[in-house]
Amino acid sequence: MLSSWRARLGWSAVRLLLTVVVVLGVFGLFLWGLGRDPIKAYQDTFRLNILNPRGLAGVLARMAPLLLTALGVAIPFRAGLINVGAEGQFMMGALLGTWAALNLEGLPMGLHLALVLLAGMVGGALWAAVPGVLRARGWVNETITTLLLNYLAPLVVGYFVFGPWRAPELAFYPQTPEYPASARLPLLFGTRLHLGFFLGLFFLLAYAYLINRSRWGLELRTVGGNAEAARRLGLPVERWILAAMMLGGALAGLAGVAEVAAIHTRLKLDISPGYGFMGFLVNWLAFANPLGILIMAFLIAFIASSGFTLQITQRLPYAAVNVLMALILFTVLAKPLAQRGKR
Amino acid sequence: MAETPVLRLVDITKRFPGVLANDRVNFDLLPGEIHALLGENGAGKSTLVKIAYGFYQADSGEIHVHGKKVEIRSPRDARRLGIGLVFQGFTLIPAMTVAENVALFLAELPWLVRPKDLRKTIWEASQRYGLELDPATPVWQLSVGEQQKVELLKLLLAKARILIFDEPTKVLVPHEVENLFRVFASLREDGYSLVFITHKLREALTCADRITVMRQGRVVGTVRPEEASEESLLQMMFGERLVEVAKAGTGRVPGEPILELRNVCTKPIGTAPGLEDVNLTVRAGEIVGVAGVSGNGQRELGDAILGLLRITRGRKIFLGEDATHWPPRRLIQRGVAFVPEDPLAMAVVPWFTVLENLALLDPRRFSRLGGLALDWSGVRQLLRAGFAKLGLNPLPERARAGTLSGGNLQRLTLVRELNRPYHLVVGLYPTRGLDVRSANAVRQALLSAREEGKGVLLISEDLNELFSLSDRIVVMLKGRIVGEFRPEEADLTEVGRVMTGAGVVHA
Ligand SMILES: Nc1ncnc2c1ncn2[C@@H]1O[C@H](COP(=O)(O)OP(=O)(O)OP(=O)(O)O)[C@@H](O)[C@H]1O
Ligand SMILES: [Mg+2]
Repeated sequence: MLSSWRARLGWSAVRLLLTVVVVLGVFGLFLWGLGRDPIKAYQDTFRLNILNPRGLAGVLARMAPLLLTALGVAIPFRAGLINVGAEGQFMMGALLGTWAALNLEGLPMGLHLALVLLAGMVGGALWAAVPGVLRARGWVNETITTLLLNYLAPLVVGYFVFGPWRAPELAFYPQTPEYPASARLPLLFGTRLHLGFFLGLFFLLAYAYLINRSRWGLELRTVGGNAEAARRLGLPVERWILAAMMLGGALAGLAGVAEVAAIHTRLKLDISPGYGFMGFLVNWLAFANPLGILIMAFLIAFIASSGFTLQITQRLPYAAVNVLMALILFTVLAKPLAQRGKR
Repeated sequence: MAETPVLRLVDITKRFPGVLANDRVNFDLLPGEIHALLGENGAGKSTLVKIAYGFYQADSGEIHVHGKKVEIRSPRDARRLGIGLVFQGFTLIPAMTVAENVALFLAELPWLVRPKDLRKTIWEASQRYGLELDPATPVWQLSVGEQQKVELLKLLLAKARILIFDEPTKVLVPHEVENLFRVFASLREDGYSLVFITHKLREALTCADRITVMRQGRVVGTVRPEEASEESLLQMMFGERLVEVAKAGTGRVPGEPILELRNVCTKPIGTAPGLEDVNLTVRAGEIVGVAGVSGNGQRELGDAILGLLRITRGRKIFLGEDATHWPPRRLIQRGVAFVPEDPLAMAVVPWFTVLENLALLDPRRFSRLGGLALDWSGVRQLLRAGFAKLGLNPLPERARAGTLSGGNLQRLTLVRELNRPYHLVVGLYPTRGLDVRSANAVRQALLSAREEGKGVLLISEDLNELFSLSDRIVVMLKGRIVGEFRPEEADLTEVGRVMTGAGVVHA
């Protein structure tokens, strides 16, 4: 029993290593083809993002939204749902959070911030509730609706930042006024690292425990594992579907509002370089496994940060990083296919 | 006869965590023979044929095809060698047509591309063996028996010469079984070699040229049907005398009604009939059998009772209360238990452990700290006590449900369902696919439920089973109850006639 466990773990490690080698190799070739020095590029990237404390803090700061959006995908995933809409939920979380930040000023310090974060969660949850209800009723598949809502969310945010919430003092750039101090997430050690990272860790731990150990986790996984059996066992399947979507949306929404409250300090359209999609990637790589989410979130955060490094040191367009991400996705997607026959 | 076997498995051993599924198994299949594979649940039959099909790799042992040693590493290799397997569960895509499903399977073979040719080939093959399939029909419209024919067709067109069937008759009604055996016979005429797994001794005795019996991962022996009888086969399968189901306490007076259906109607869904004016009472301490050719509303009856199917007209009374529109959860809490035909689809989560599946008995009951935690030691206790109550050894708590054999899976469901506080148990083909001993364990459990004063509704296709267990038998046809019998006053043929609509009887 134990030995097979160890063998499995060993195998996963080998596979992960191979994946990394293959991906680095191919991307290296790509860099080389563009006339860059891949070894030097990798060295710089490593030096600036891992060895340099400030750079490392930047990577961890990027992990914050990734952990949360990945969880936002993982929870519905465990209930058998594919939530492609973390990006939209992220935006809507930021939107409702911003409302709380700008309109509840004057409350005590901690209380205001708590309400802002809570509003962000509510925003994401409500946005996810739409596909949740449609799916629970058996009307429309959640994959399609969550995807479509991703296109709608920026329009809604755009309406507010171009219109009623637009900051008067910066009329040439569509954004809201700054969050008041009482609504900001504190940055730590003078770096970009902020409290959101620890919120992400906290929710990851909570997820790891609850999904496997609690009654809710058991019921949720039953719905995902065999909805027919769940129905026959009298579990409230529709309610769990809705709950899973809303919980996922809430965490993605939290990611959004935390990002604004810590980094951008005001709502605008370009608050996310695709954190929702990266979160989906993280969850897919990790297969909703908590430890996997931690590792993969770090990896993707590192790659995203590297993108900026490469932009500066190698004068590469940021789009090159998307090539890297796509490479990883393909390498990893090849895994279940190759294994399919062997189950 | 010194013919070279088309397929020879030599000293095959396969170990899964905790079980030796195949233990130095030897098996050979001669050209043009129908070979039946018998054995109790968990004997290792499916494992053996999956090894021959490359779905699993043996830990040790050899495979010879046409006298030559081969390596079969994947189903692809097997197909290249002309070996085809129809799985216990089917692998068709419901939304696609017959032709598309076949084409999908043949995708690797370049010599069959044009749809028109494909249709023609399908048509010809299906004519030749009397399969009667229209290539253009979407699979979801087909009955289980027809879907099986599609599976067979796939193999035939992929040029398989060795055809293996894992429990092909499990899901078929009697006349479909006869049909299938006719197809088998004509395939044998054409030189195909066939292996089929079954739990029904009579099928092996009537249809096979040779019968191999497995027990606990080993081959006990191979016999010809002329030399064998049901008794001798049972002796080989279990090695001991079987415990007969003790039918005690006939002539008792049933108690208060537990469940009453009054003029219950439901909407038909797809090709399945709805219930029409069903009147049925199940009393305490009584087993009511429901007979009928499957697909005549039995499943709908079960689902209507369990609250899964909306009752459009009529009333359902449970323990004196109007339960017509109660949701499943409420019915379960008030005391309805359910033993399904196919636990993997209807009752358990395949990748949950035995323990987790048992906890699903009622997650709230094992819930601690308001849901934050679960009382696993309570579940463990249930595992031990529940299995002991049925006179069985408990299953390993960490085994995944999906890896259990059919019999063990059904035991798991039984232990779970009969350990809730319940008044009524609904059995929907609960012994389908079970070996004699496991089936008897289920029957015994239903009988003890009756002894304890519970009401039992037993939906079954097996008339012998119904006659030996039931206090009353009702017959369903096209969503109606068309007859009611007392087993001691009726005979099998009479009930059989009513089942097929040959005559309507009112008791
Ligand atoms: N993938 C697997 N992982 C672990 N154990 C397995 C796996 N497949 C089968 N087993 C175990 O191997 C043994 C043999 O199983 P197998 O499915 O071959 O039995 P069977 O003879 O086909 O039974 P049935 O008649 O119930 O289908 C059982 O104890 C089963 O639990
Ligand atoms: Mg089997």
